[in-house]
Amino acid sequence: MRNYIIKRILLSILILFSVTFIIYAILRCLPASYVETMAMQLAAAPGAKPYEEWISQLNASYGLDKGILAGYFIWLGDFATGNFGDSWKFTVPVIEKFNDVIWLSFVMGAISFVLQLVIAIPLGIIAATKQYSKADYVITASALVGISLPTFFFATLLKLVFAVKLQWFDVSGLVGRNYAQLDSWGQFMDKANHLVLPIVTLVIISIGSLMRYTRTNMLEVLNSDYIRTARAKGLSEHKVVYKHAFRNTLIPLVTIVGGSLPGLFSGALITETIFSIPGIGFTSYQAMVIGDIPFSMFYMTFLAVLTLAGNLISDILYAVVDPRVRIA
Amino acid sequence: MSGTNTTAESSFTPVTYDPQYILMVNDLKKYFPIKGGMMSRTVGHVKAVDGVTFNLKRGSTMGLVGESGCGKTTTGRTILRLSGEKTGGQVLFNGKEVYDFSAKEMRDMRTKMQIIFQDPFSSLSPRLPVGEIIGEAVREHGLVSKGEFEDYIDQVMDNCGLQPFHKDRYPHEFSGGQRQRICIARALALNPEFVVCDEPVSALDVSIQAQIINLLKDLQEQYKLTYLFISHDLSVVEHISDTVGVMYLGNLVEYGETKDIFKNPLHPYTKALFSAIPIPDPDAKMNRIVLEGSIPSPANPPTGCKFHTRCANCMAKCKEVAPEQKEIEPGHYVVCHLYDDK
Repeated sequence: MRNYIIKRILLSILILFSVTFIIYAILRCLPASYVETMAMQLAAAPGAKPYEEWISQLNASYGLDKGILAGYFIWLGDFATGNFGDSWKFTVPVIEKFNDVIWLSFVMGAISFVLQLVIAIPLGIIAATKQYSKADYVITASALVGISLPTFFFATLLKLVFAVKLQWFDVSGLVGRNYAQLDSWGQFMDKANHLVLPIVTLVIISIGSLMRYTRTNMLEVLNSDYIRTARAKGLSEHKVVYKHAFRNTLIPLVTIVGGSLPGLFSGALITETIFSIPGIGFTSYQAMVIGDIPFSMFYMTFLAVLTLAGNLISDILYAVVDPRVRIA
Repeated sequence: MSGTNTTAESSFTPVTYDPQYILMVNDLKKYFPIKGGMMSRTVGHVKAVDGVTFNLKRGSTMGLVGESGCGKTTTGRTILRLSGEKTGGQVLFNGKEVYDFSAKEMRDMRTKMQIIFQDPFSSLSPRLPVGEIIGEAVREHGLVSKGEFEDYIDQVMDNCGLQPFHKDRYPHEFSGGQRQRICIARALALNPEFVVCDEPVSALDVSIQAQIINLLKDLQEQYKLTYLFISHDLSVVEHISDTVGVMYLGNLVEYGETKDIFKNPLHPYTKALFSAIPIPDPDAKMNRIVLEGSIPSPANPPTGCKFHTRCANCMAKCKEVAPEQKEIEPGHYVVCHLYDDK
């Protein structure tokens, strides 16, 4: 098992090299060049140097005068020594900005993740044990609606109903306008209040697929021979469903759930942007449209690490929950 | 065929309990609905078991034979109430209708009537260790006290040829024969009176088959078990059974003592089936009766005698009238028009 993990980590590092190189190459080729925009603004000022001079000067100071390959290795060298650079847009060290925004995204992600599990798995079990009943049809149909709704549409709909019409929540932002006057409990509640709609959006959007996944796997297990064995033993229906069937459904479930754990840190780009929540998703969106290479590189590398970690976690969990899988 | 007719006509005459029989099956029917169309309406029924009648003496073994898809397995499961509700008929276990039990009573009755499934690979939960597979129901039903529990499980496993250290292993660590021993131990741990053996050896290779069959025979003597032995292997059935029932398309076409059936098969289907048994002599001339065509669909069985489409002795009457069960010699029943005037 230890050898396996070490091997996997080494392999992941190799993948990381290629992924970061591809991302760096793409970022360098993007038309939204931060330096060009800046040079144009500077050259437009009265009595300024011409555009060509500005751009070569800026390219040199931002390290863009080197080729993609050379630039990548410089970035890699800095990255490996823990120097993540300064964000061009936010003009602070990347790591500082990142640290400012990541925890908000994590809290949002964690709350919606727990809600998603607590709602989707029991619903999936109910739908499977009562297959083709009214309850099953209602649950499956709502899951389909949830999956099909685009995030931006559903979030806007929620805003319209609960923020504009009912005025229960503010339309966007993380804090209300009188936030500064509140005591610490009031500030906490104010933030919580502003997070309700984004979290509802995240939960509703993602609940459907997990619920259907639970239902499908549960159905497969419920129709298997060993469930008939469990019934033939004269066990109560509760024991049959939760001890025999659900335990075996856990194998695929844990894999998918464990694999999505690192995703808690990745933020929700669309939802955060629509609700103007200053999380990592919204921040990286801002950095990307302006062509902020250091911040984008850091965020993308971070996502790549999360994805690789997710895969590794799900493979390890697979071996933990399924006694038939023993990784040598 | 009228597709919407969901209830079978209750034409059977109820039987009264005879204490020498542990199990009395009377005109048992099990239809599976065929759903179709936009609204998933029932458009027909698969008549998997269509009127099966037999009685099973305490401590005896009845073999149930027939080709694939004739309803042997469904019969076994329907008797144990393992495939939903029956469609019609009676199943009396120790004189009590199995389908009249409440859910709670049924769970308690499960200890008395057990089943060994055909496939020892899929019928064991992959996430439970063997000790738990065998012992779970024993503990749930409180059959032995806590102090004796471990010893009891060891004893049952030993009787079935398993070692005590196997308890902590998972099913996938065992071979096919060992897994079938686990299935047998699991069933017998509940100390049943009646066991349905649903093709217990057909998934195993021949050398293991003999071991398992002999184990079943030994256990039968030891625990005074009654078996319903479902199989398509005639030589196995001849070896283990006291009585044999031959099924065709959901019906029992012939039923009697093993020696009578094998010596003097009456029904044309039984004759054809038995003519396929290989004779271990290269010079022996085999008189194989080859049946024409394939087995008709149980969703739309032929009228009259269901076998008439493939029968060598088919008469005009066979296509119109379904034959009745007749006792030709003591304890030897056949359902065929050939014996109408005997």
